[in-house]
Amino acid sequence: MSLLSVNNVGKAFRSYNPEWKRFANWFGLSVKSTEERWILRHISFEIHAGEAIGIIGQNGAGKSTLLKMIAGTLKPTEGQIQINGRIAAILELGMGFNPELTGRQNVFHAAGLMGFTSKQIQQAMPDIEAFAEIGEYFDEPVRIYSSGMGTRVGFAVATAFRPDIFIVDEALAVGDALFQAKCYERINLFKKQGTTLILVTHSMGDIVKHCNRVLYLREGQLKADGCPRDISNIYMDDLFSSHKKKLVNQSVVETANDVSDVMGGIEDNFNTRPGYRKEEHRWGDGGARILDFLVRAENQDYPTVIMSNSKTEFYFKVVFDKGCDDITAGILLKTHDGVFLYGTNSFLISEGKQVISVEEGDIITFKFVFKMSLNAGHYLMSFGISEGPQELLVPLERRYDSVLITIDRAQNFWGMVDFEAEFGLTESKINVQ
Amino acid sequence: MLRGLWQYRHFVLSSIRNEMVSRFARSKLGGLWMIINPLSQVIIYALILSNVLAAKLPGIDNQYAYAIYLMAGLLAWTLFSEIVGRCLNLFIEQGNLMKKVSFPRITLPSIVVGSCLLNNIFLFVSMLGIFALLGHQFTVVMFWLIPVTFIVMLLAIGTGLILGVINVFLRDIGQVTPIILQMLFWFTPIVYPVTIIPEAYQHWLNLNPVYPLTNAYQQVLVYGNSPQWESLINITVITLLLLGLSLFLFRRASAEMADVL
Repeated sequence: MSLLSVNNVGKAFRSYNPEWKRFANWFGLSVKSTEERWILRHISFEIHAGEAIGIIGQNGAGKSTLLKMIAGTLKPTEGQIQINGRIAAILELGMGFNPELTGRQNVFHAAGLMGFTSKQIQQAMPDIEAFAEIGEYFDEPVRIYSSGMGTRVGFAVATAFRPDIFIVDEALAVGDALFQAKCYERINLFKKQGTTLILVTHSMGDIVKHCNRVLYLREGQLKADGCPRDISNIYMDDLFSSHKKKLVNQSVVETANDVSDVMGGIEDNFNTRPGYRKEEHRWGDGGARILDFLVRAENQDYPTVIMSNSKTEFYFKVVFDKGCDDITAGILLKTHDGVFLYGTNSFLISEGKQVISVEEGDIITFKFVFKMSLNAGHYLMSFGISEGPQELLVPLERRYDSVLITIDRAQNFWGMVDFEAEFGLTESKINVQ
Repeated sequence: MLRGLWQYRHFVLSSIRNEMVSRFARSKLGGLWMIINPLSQVIIYALILSNVLAAKLPGIDNQYAYAIYLMAGLLAWTLFSEIVGRCLNLFIEQGNLMKKVSFPRITLPSIVVGSCLLNNIFLFVSMLGIFALLGHQFTVVMFWLIPVTFIVMLLAIGTGLILGVINVFLRDIGQVTPIILQMLFWFTPIVYPVTIIPEAYQHWLNLNPVYPLTNAYQQVLVYGNSPQWESLINITVITLLLLGLSLFLFRRASAEMADVL
């Protein structure tokens, strides 16, 4: 028997105008709703004990609605959800906490809300207090807590009793890294003891790390159900190509096309390319326009995921609206939260030997190649073109944070940069005894 | 629904306690405010109105008769209006909780009713103290208050739940109800004796569901009479019907409430 079976489930939000039609429905009259919005439809899957499921999908795909229906706070409009076991859901940490009460009182309250008797709660209390690790604050009112402390207590109480199904909805994105690690440690312990995990997150890394099966929701439909690596590729493809599907099909094909074939023409194609971020910051004094770019790694153009340490080529095409004697092309790679990782330009790389001059109407494609010695994650690429001597560079055009790069790797390490450490024993093992 | 409530009885009880604790957490006088508030109201009414009305309160010769009369009526009214008022916005206030945590929804009104009832008991006890100070007699008849309070409570739950459920979908209810409550208060003989209404209009009072209840309180507390139980039977039937309707509505609507909150 499966732990959770979702059978052809759909959820519609109905609105009535005027509202009394809704009330008429409760009394058994079947009055048609004025508007019916289907958030989810025809969702079917089964989950067995010990699985770890990730649910991904873009905003509005229906992930939260599905979770709420599994957790039991929303009722499906059609279909059935059958659950054989106890569910604990963290849809929001510290739900129902009263700021005037102490941590201990709130724990009591929250655990009561989960349906436990006071005796059970009292037994679990020392464990909860120990896990939250907030010391004497546990007996202070929650109102004076930092938000991190609230999170700690919230997680501690939510996981005080091992459930059969444990649902986590991006709640762990808060709190410091140390505590997050502790949370995952506890989740892993639950998994070992047979708890089924259902995790909703935007972080592909978390999914790959913690789940052995992924459900991909798109526009209210279950689009794919399978192992993380396959699904994450489908997801990434969809994510970065929602505005131009045709181009994706081109780019997925493994090619070693001539760059001019891919980036031909003189149209401004920059914002149609996979990985383009419309949140980019485009600025400069004018005189040149960056028209197009190409990312190429492992013979693939615009790869959705670049494997760590693979040699990656970045091209960008510039049209010059005026002639210049001395231009400099540059790139800058940042982390998703804005830390500069690496930036360089044509002047620096050539040690000042390369002087590029252009005339009005020239179109030039610049190329930078380097190894992506980075950890798995999302990174932002910026391109720029400037004019003049190095000490007085005038930016003609900059397209900051305009391309999203996703890197993945098989083996983890700590931090951001891969120094490719080697390891060995220098001497043979000595036993002093 | 009732089984869920029984399973969550600890939660309901601890929530009621938490509510008390948190309400007075940072005030020096703490729980005393629960008594000071309604009493100051009584004092204000008594000071302003007793000279106007005292002579017209028949059948009792205590010079504080009016204050006692006022308190008796207010005791019933406070319970009724507090439960209705809080049920009215209950589901909207707890919307996030209802969307994020799965628990028997019936616990929410139960907590409200429990804490309102507790407030009312405190108020009653303090009123008894004042009655004693004013030299008013206590009688065995006061045990009548137990069933009458129970009816007030059920009537208030029925009314409050219906309004509270509809208010989730139609927010106008939340605006209009306080106005109607205010009108109902003044259409009920609480601050004035029934006798100041001309005979010809007195039968209109039978349409006021709260009147038999406040009247019963006044009979018991002021005059030491048993309430006229004929009038209570009608209101009990109405109360049970309303309660049934409200639970039916609540059951039907609770799935949809989370959708629109």
